[in-house]
Amino acid sequence: MNSLFEYLLRLGDDSLIVGHRLSEWCGHGPILEEDIAMTNLALDFVGQATSIYKYAGEVEGKGRTADDLAFLRFDREYKNLLLLEQPNGDFGMTMMKQFLFDAYRKPLFERLMKSSDETVSAIAAKSLKETKYHLKHSSEWVIRLGDGTEESHNRVQESLDTLWRYTAELFFEDEVDSELKASGIIPSMEGLKEEWTSYVNEVLNLATLTVPTNNWVQEGGRKGMHSEHLGYILSELQYMQRAYPGMEW
Amino acid sequence: MVTEKDIWNYLEEVFDPEVPVLTVVDLGIVQKVVVDERNIGITITPTYSGCPAMQRIEDDIIEKLREKGDFNVTVDLVLSPAWTTDWISEEGKRKLKEYGIAPPEDEADKSVLFAEQTVVPCPKCNSRDTKMISQFGSTACKAHYQCNTCLEPFDYFKCLR
Repeated sequence: MNSLFEYLLRLGDDSLIVGHRLSEWCGHGPILEEDIAMTNLALDFVGQATSIYKYAGEVEGKGRTADDLAFLRFDREYKNLLLLEQPNGDFGMTMMKQFLFDAYRKPLFERLMKSSDETVSAIAAKSLKETKYHLKHSSEWVIRLGDGTEESHNRVQESLDTLWRYTAELFFEDEVDSELKASGIIPSMEGLKEEWTSYVNEVLNLATLTVPTNNWVQEGGRKGMHSEHLGYILSELQYMQRAYPGMEW
Repeated sequence: MVTEKDIWNYLEEVFDPEVPVLTVVDLGIVQKVVVDERNIGITITPTYSGCPAMQRIEDDIIEKLREKGDFNVTVDLVLSPAWTTDWISEEGKRKLKEYGIAPPEDEADKSVLFAEQTVVPCPKCNSRDTKMISQFGSTACKAHYQCNTCLEPFDYFKCLR
C-alpha cells in the first residue's frame, strides 16, 4: 500500500464529503446570508479536495485525475470521517458538525504545513487561511445557538449529543500515519487532540452546552467502513459520471 | 523580440472575471513570467482553493497573449507561496474602492471569538460607521457589509493572510 496516497485520500475525502453536504444547503439556508455562507464554505472544501486529489493521483502514478478519484470510486474506497457523512439535520446540527470538524482541521493544517513534502505543505498553508474563517463562523454560531433561546439551546445540545460519538475518529491513527511520520512526510501530531479538546470545551462552555459524558465511539471511515448515508451521497455525487461516462462540463 | 516586460504589459489587459476592474497583475496572482523566444510560461496562483474563476483566468491569459503575437503559451497553477491580499497593488486597492468594493483592511486576530470587528470604511461616503452583515459574500473573496451613515450595502474584499 502507498501510505502517502492513502493519507491524501483521507484528507481529500474529508474535504469532498463535507463540501458536498454543505452544498446540499444551497437554496435551503435559514437566511440568505447563511445560504451564501454555506455555499462559500462548500466551494472552499471542494477546491481543497481538487488540489489534494490531483496530487494523490500523481502520487499513485496510475494516471488517475482528480475527477477520477472524486467520481469513480466505490463507497468502500472512500476514507472520510463518519462525522462528515452524517445528515445535515437542522441548521444547528450542521453548524455543530462544522464546528467539531473545523476545530480539528485548523491545528491539523498548522502541523501539515511543516510537512517535508512540498505539495502537502503548500496545500496545508493555502487551506489553513480558509479554515480560520470557517472555524470562526461555526464557533460563533454554536455560541449563539447554545446561548440563545431555550429551543435553540435544546436543539443544538441534542445535535452535540448525537455527533459526539463520531469525534474520537478525528484522532484515528494507524500504520499509514506511523509510516509517514517515520519518513518525515507527516510531522508529529503531538498535542493535536489536547488542542482540539481545550478549544472545543472553551466554546461549548461559552455556548452553555454540556460536553457529553458518554464515551461510546463509532469509527470506521478511515478504513472504508461507512454508515449507510455515504451511499446516498455518492449516488447523487457520482450520478453524472456514472450515467454519462467521461462527460465534461 | 518580445521581452518579459512586454508580457507583463499584456497581462495588464487581462481582467479578473469576478472583479472586472482588477487586472490579474493588480490582483497579485501572477507569480512568474518566463520568456524563451516564442515560448511564454506564466505561473499563477489561486486566491482561494475553490476559486471558480481560475480556469477562466487561465484561458483569458492564453487568449490575450495569442492576440498579441504568435506565442506558444503555457499557464501553470501553483499553490505555494499561498496568495495573500497583501499582494493586491496600491493601484488595485484604489480601483476596488472606486468600483464600490471596500479594499482589504488589517484584520483582528481571527482566533478571538466575537473580537471587535475591523473598521471597514464605506467605499461610497467614507463613513467609518459600518456593520458586517455576513463574513461570506457574493464570491469567496468578499464579505458583505452595510454603511450605517448612507445605508449603502457594499462588498468588502476580505483580508487573507
